[in-house]
Amino acid sequence: MSDVLAIAEHRRGELRDVSFELITAGAAVAEAAGGELHVAIIGGDVEGFAEDLNREGVDVVHAAANGEEFNHDVYVQTVEALVDEVGPEYLLLPNSVNGLDYAPALAIDRNMPLVTDVVELEVDGEDLVAMREMYGSKVETAIEVAEGPYAITIRSAEWPPAEGMGDAEVRAFDFETDEDAIGTTVTGFEEAAGGDVDISEADFLVSVGRGIGEEDNLELIEALAEATGATISASRPIVDNGWLAKNRQVGQSGKTVTPDVYLAVGISGAVQHVAGMKGADTIIAINTDPNAPIFDIADYGIIGDLFEVVPELTEQLS
Amino acid sequence: MDILVTVKEVAEVADDFEIAGTAIDEAYLEYDLNEWDDYAVEEAVQLQEAGIADEVVTATIGPERADETIRMALAKGADRAVRVWDDALAEQDLIDVETKAEIFAAVAEEFEPDLILTGVQAGDDSLGATGVALARQLDYQWAAVVNNLSLEGEDGTARVHRELEGGVEEVTDVEMPAVFTIQTGINEPRYASLRGIRQAQSKEIDPRSLADLGLDAEAAESELQVAEMYEPEAEGEAEFIEGDPDEQAGELAGVLQDSGVVGE
Repeated sequence: MSDVLAIAEHRRGELRDVSFELITAGAAVAEAAGGELHVAIIGGDVEGFAEDLNREGVDVVHAAANGEEFNHDVYVQTVEALVDEVGPEYLLLPNSVNGLDYAPALAIDRNMPLVTDVVELEVDGEDLVAMREMYGSKVETAIEVAEGPYAITIRSAEWPPAEGMGDAEVRAFDFETDEDAIGTTVTGFEEAAGGDVDISEADFLVSVGRGIGEEDNLELIEALAEATGATISASRPIVDNGWLAKNRQVGQSGKTVTPDVYLAVGISGAVQHVAGMKGADTIIAINTDPNAPIFDIADYGIIGDLFEVVPELTEQLS
Repeated sequence: MDILVTVKEVAEVADDFEIAGTAIDEAYLEYDLNEWDDYAVEEAVQLQEAGIADEVVTATIGPERADETIRMALAKGADRAVRVWDDALAEQDLIDVETKAEIFAAVAEEFEPDLILTGVQAGDDSLGATGVALARQLDYQWAAVVNNLSLEGEDGTARVHRELEGGVEEVTDVEMPAVFTIQTGINEPRYASLRGIRQAQSKEIDPRSLADLGLDAEAAESELQVAEMYEPEAEGEAEFIEGDPDEQAGELAGVLQDSGVVGE
């Protein structure tokens, strides 16, 4: 028997989407491996969460009432106890900021091969091939992973969320955390600062990326935004450089936006960025690199130099 | 307080490239300091300049070619460097997380730094796991994806901000010694000054083998093998607007007007 154990993720009272994607991925692995799918929820409103996690394909939900919010020491201890209880061949975890805060520690403790940021899994009994990207999405690789049990973190939004009520058995998982082994304390949460602009409310976003080159060149984008009434947003490097405030950032660690039109200027379209804007009605991209991944999700593409196209566009719309 | 910064030399791929077997053809690669590690080095150097840190040591797993990249970190202000390489490592096509953690732990055990900084991930293999694995290997505390670090907490703890998804930051107190994985944007990495570049020439880069660190060749054996490498299929159905820039702009203006977000 090759069972699967998937660890759900929640934050500030809500299950995160990746929890349901883990169920979809886990159910497929369990079927290919001929095992059961166990899902565990640790901390917070575990009873409510467990009910919600009882989706089609889940055999057992383990509800461990340890703590409120995520704490990596609590998670490492509790998941290790769950691994002892379930004995999974496949341990599936989210490739989230919190997932990457405890998965590597587990893998070291249990001497499990760790493969992260996986976008596709091929399972044949106890053999695993994991697909993952390298070099910023330029290539994909098929990775043969040595003998299990395996620890795998899955990229968000690669598997559809599991739906449909399941008939899983919900079990309380009683485990006492060793408080002396906890070396971190979460004292609170803060929202990104930057004034009262809310890019998630805009109908038309002109979004600027690394291709703009220098801070002074932002004038080109400002002129276009002024001529068209667009709101300016940005990809990560622009915010990292301090050229625009953090609340202008679109992507996984920034805002998720769904404007009528998203005009991406000099943005290559890394997966973390795309996660925040793929819901836009119309996506238009201007980029010099014809292979830029942004063109994979664009409705309209201009392969060209933003320093030529943008001023021309501003002039024509003024 | 002494700081260890792990530094990786990563390959960057040209826009057009070819795959040879299970790797990108060397002709299309350029090597540079990993972007995230640049921020980690800067953070360490700033702590030193603030009088909080004493020695800043970098550690790299990589061949002799990496010395050029390591010199950049030294030119920015690190004091000395350790570079670990071995035939057994050269044979691996993807060095796994456990191997990296064991090697860096062996380097750290030689001078017991109070603080270890790594980048969140490397731009090439993007496993994003070395820092936390290293912490566990050393029995240090840790925090992943840190975009704000203060060492002036009470009771010798550090206060960090962890950058979560969706524009939310978690504020966490962490016991020391600790490993922090550093996110881009935490600071503004400096360019190496001419003086720094000159000084770096006389700083030590200590080449070490696995045996030098008390590890055997088995430690290098990777649990991850690259069976295939391929270009992802283009999934797009984008309509490409051709022509001169003014023609492209004209057609784009039409698209924007048709969509109703700009007036006609």
